[in-house]
Amino acid sequence: MSNGMLNRILSGDYPRSRALSALLVLIGVSLALGPFLFPGVRAFSMLGMICVFIIVVASYDLMLGYTHIVSFAHTMFFGIGAYGVAIATDAFGSGFGAVFIGIGGAVVMSILLSLLLGLLSLRVKAIFFALVTLAVAFAFLSLVTQLYNITGGEDGLAVRSPRELGPAFRPFDSKVPGFSVIDFIAGVFTQGSIGQAFNDAVFEVRVSGRHLMYYITFVVSLGVFLFLLRMVNSPFGRVLQAIRENEFRAQALGYRTVFYRTAAVIVSAVLATLAGVLFALINRYVNPENTLNFELMVFILLMCVIGGMGTLYGAVVGTTVFLLAQNYLQDLLGLLVSNAEPGSLFAELAGPDRWLLWFGLLFVLSVYFFPAGIVGQLRLWAERRRERKAAPAASPLKQES
Amino acid sequence: MSAHDEMIGQTTPPQGVLARFAAFRENKPHIFLLLLMMAVALLMMDPRTWVLLTISGLAMGAMVFLMASGMTLTFGLMNVLNLAHGAFISLGAFAGASVLLWLSSQASEPSLLINLAAILPALGFALVVAGLLGLVFERLVIKPVYGDHLKQILVTVGGSIIIMELIHVVWGPNEIPVPRPEALTGAFLLPDALPVIGGVALEKYRLIAVVLGLAIYGLMTWIIERTRVGILIRAGVESREMVEVQGYRIRLLFLGVFVAGSALAGLGGAMWAMYREIITAHMGDELMISVIVVIILGGLGSIKGCFYGAVLVGLINLYVGYLEPRLAAVATVGLMVGVLMWRPQGLIPVIKV
Repeated sequence: MSNGMLNRILSGDYPRSRALSALLVLIGVSLALGPFLFPGVRAFSMLGMICVFIIVVASYDLMLGYTHIVSFAHTMFFGIGAYGVAIATDAFGSGFGAVFIGIGGAVVMSILLSLLLGLLSLRVKAIFFALVTLAVAFAFLSLVTQLYNITGGEDGLAVRSPRELGPAFRPFDSKVPGFSVIDFIAGVFTQGSIGQAFNDAVFEVRVSGRHLMYYITFVVSLGVFLFLLRMVNSPFGRVLQAIRENEFRAQALGYRTVFYRTAAVIVSAVLATLAGVLFALINRYVNPENTLNFELMVFILLMCVIGGMGTLYGAVVGTTVFLLAQNYLQDLLGLLVSNAEPGSLFAELAGPDRWLLWFGLLFVLSVYFFPAGIVGQLRLWAERRRERKAAPAASPLKQES
Repeated sequence: MSAHDEMIGQTTPPQGVLARFAAFRENKPHIFLLLLMMAVALLMMDPRTWVLLTISGLAMGAMVFLMASGMTLTFGLMNVLNLAHGAFISLGAFAGASVLLWLSSQASEPSLLINLAAILPALGFALVVAGLLGLVFERLVIKPVYGDHLKQILVTVGGSIIIMELIHVVWGPNEIPVPRPEALTGAFLLPDALPVIGGVALEKYRLIAVVLGLAIYGLMTWIIERTRVGILIRAGVESREMVEVQGYRIRLLFLGVFVAGSALAGLGGAMWAMYREIITAHMGDELMISVIVVIILGGLGSIKGCFYGAVLVGLINLYVGYLEPRLAAVATVGLMVGVLMWRPQGLIPVIKV
């Protein structure tokens, strides 16, 4: 790939850190070949969730990181997308037509609601937006829970996705070989023989409609990410960042900041709706717990901040790290506690149910000490390295030691 | 500003019924909205139900006022938005509940005096625990991020997660039933001789909540309007720099307000625990919505607005909850949206936002 083409694809916004580039390539390859690298249902659904939440968190970052608008209604838009598809397939059957009706309805509703929210509260002050969205999202959650004849209430709805996207659809008759990376690495360490470990790591994948759905999600996720990268590096994105840095000056330069802010909120809402649609189709089941919960909203906030606000790469890294932690940190804590006596303070504090306590602590500390998140920190280190390389003569003593 | 308005009013007194009504609507929007809501509700239900719901709504409003007053003052005084306020409510509820459970022998006696020996320590403990945590929280979590709203929102959300998880660690993940003290259960019957509303049964606990809420509102109003500390708080809300220039340590004043606000949130949580008779660690999150609606409705930083906002939220919750239970939460938020469209600064704006 030529340099110019890469430049165009990434809109000139490079990772600017070797470690970060390596991490991104690792995540990208894992997601692209995921179903053939990680066996098991749990790993497969994990990969899907990472793709979906990269869209959610990247679009949230457009508001939080690039414009400094704090919204607590992002799950509401996510839920509108998910429920839009669920309700449409419930009413019109499991065709692609129903799915597109659901998407259309959900997008229109999201645009109207985000326009209302923007005009209602961005006019006054950004801080109002956080409070108003929190209240409105709560009202929406309660409405969805209460209107059980449409939404299924607490029980939620099963999504009747098209047959081509479900497990019953088999595009190929034969099985496709897969190669389990984790088993291979474990095998090399335990058995010592690479050939044996290689043979053990090979497994078979029955390609079904679920894989098709996964790759649709992956491609959309990649597309949305590159689109957002393009957007934040466009003149529009520069105005958003100008508003973030100093709203008064942006206004004085003649930009209608209310217009730009509302536009950012609408774009972000529509993308979250899209993510909700993909979530409904890949998860095939929606309820208030997995789409609209306040806890989910806080998780999105955590992913965005831990990855690094104001850097879209942070959304990718933050989402992956957080979802891995959510799924596997509990196992790790359980392993840790299994040696401690049950009922002791240590077992209470470090139990697998308490993973959120440690994540919350980590979050608060990272806001104080690494406000730029993982990506910001990696870039800072890379910057320092480059500076040291650029001026080696300035500190000859250091070079010797 | 209000004095200025009155002067204009005196020079050109509004002529005619409609003009006078419009002036009333603009000058006293909180009273206007309250009367309007009560009147509309009265038209939609029979008077006996209306009396019952109004008292219950006032009781709920009184408790929500306790929880919301601290948050509105911390915002007004120091521009600090504390989203962990809900966690203080939960903590107060759990602290109060543990004392009540510990003193359950006193609480289950039918005598009011013996009951008080359980209730007062419970409320006091809730007040002290939430206040102390408020002190620690302000020093450790909020102090480093003064003046940065974004970081405040982030760290207080994180702090809220930590407090809720610690509640899980200490009290376990399950919901806890809270026995309401014996003397507070049951209801008063209005005498039958009264016209229309005779024989309506009013729950004792709700009446007590109304009285306690009014008492604390009165006390706070007295402190803010009549004492030296109150003058400083009001001045600080108007202009922080001017108070600092006069040589007062506004940080200390703010710390005091924050601790008092947290303590009141804890007290409100403990009262809510006795009202609902069951508590979970996440009750604070749910109540936060009412609290947020109240402080936006009243105007950020205004105690009076906070009180009227709380009463409005309590009333609309009960009225709509009676007419169509599924829409109670939507109506609460709808009220906020409506008021924001009418008056973007809230009913009684104190600070310019």
